[in-house]
Amino acid sequence: MDFVTRGFQGRPRGRDERLPPGQYLTGDFPVLSAGPTPGVDHDEWELWVATEDGTRHTWSWQELMALPAETVTVDIHCVTSWSKLDTEWRGVSLDTLLADVETAADFALVHSYGGYTTNLPLEDLLDGQAWVAYAYDGDDLRPEHGGPARLLVPHLYFWKSAKWVRGIELMLEDSPGFWEQLGYHDYGDPWREQRYQGD
Amino acid sequence: MTIPGHPGAEAAYDGNLMAGPLSELFALDVTVAVVRCRGCGSSTEVATLRVYGPDPGLVGRCPGCDDVLLRVVRTPDAVWLDLGGVTSLRVPAPRVAPAGDGDESART
Repeated sequence: MDFVTRGFQGRPRGRDERLPPGQYLTGDFPVLSAGPTPGVDHDEWELWVATEDGTRHTWSWQELMALPAETVTVDIHCVTSWSKLDTEWRGVSLDTLLADVETAADFALVHSYGGYTTNLPLEDLLDGQAWVAYAYDGDDLRPEHGGPARLLVPHLYFWKSAKWVRGIELMLEDSPGFWEQLGYHDYGDPWREQRYQGD
Repeated sequence: MTIPGHPGAEAAYDGNLMAGPLSELFALDVTVAVVRCRGCGSSTEVATLRVYGPDPGLVGRCPGCDDVLLRVVRTPDAVWLDLGGVTSLRVPAPRVAPAGDGDESART
């Protein structure tokens, strides 16, 4: 006879409540890439935001550095099932970058140096939820982790936090990005385990 | 399966890593297929592609220009294939008898 009846076992012992379903904790920082690491010098680097009517806003590296920066400590969750807690980043909030951008768009397609893209609702880039991050754990962001700068959207699976970010296209309609075209979820909420289309 | 010491190459794998998921799609061995790159026009055997992955998916890039040639994702219930970077895929196949061989009189 079972000492503990089925269905009354409670939460598995030792499982962190900050760990979304299906994830495991790692102390490492795994590197996943869909292509070679692009080398982008600061003096060549540029970030652009293009609105649905073609208006283009750009920032040089120096202009990005001149904007107010924030240091944030967040948990990150990769769709390949690893999660890393309390990661520290420094960067510029998308609220700051988009403050003077007039748009009626509901969606964003993020573009990277090297050709990677990922899509997400514009509202997920706002209200203190997303940054263009250029430092990790107190140091310059290393190229294999997306340096000089990457998008950081920690409340979604980490493939949405595009490495080597170079532009954000604001759009009236959603348009799938690199992995979203090939079976991965358009939104990617780790707490709802939205890994694949249909999840 | 790996590409040891190839200068400038950062891909950890070659196209043989794609054999598994592609075998679910094709009856023939696609690693010996020849793909023509839509970007630079060069022809390459799938087995010699620069492959990144395996997660979140396999990305096969042209050894000549690094463009994405094909991508494969295996989700729990589907195989997703993107051949958008190639203009053609030539797969060696068993020889069939040319038209006209055999006893033509039997068909009349």
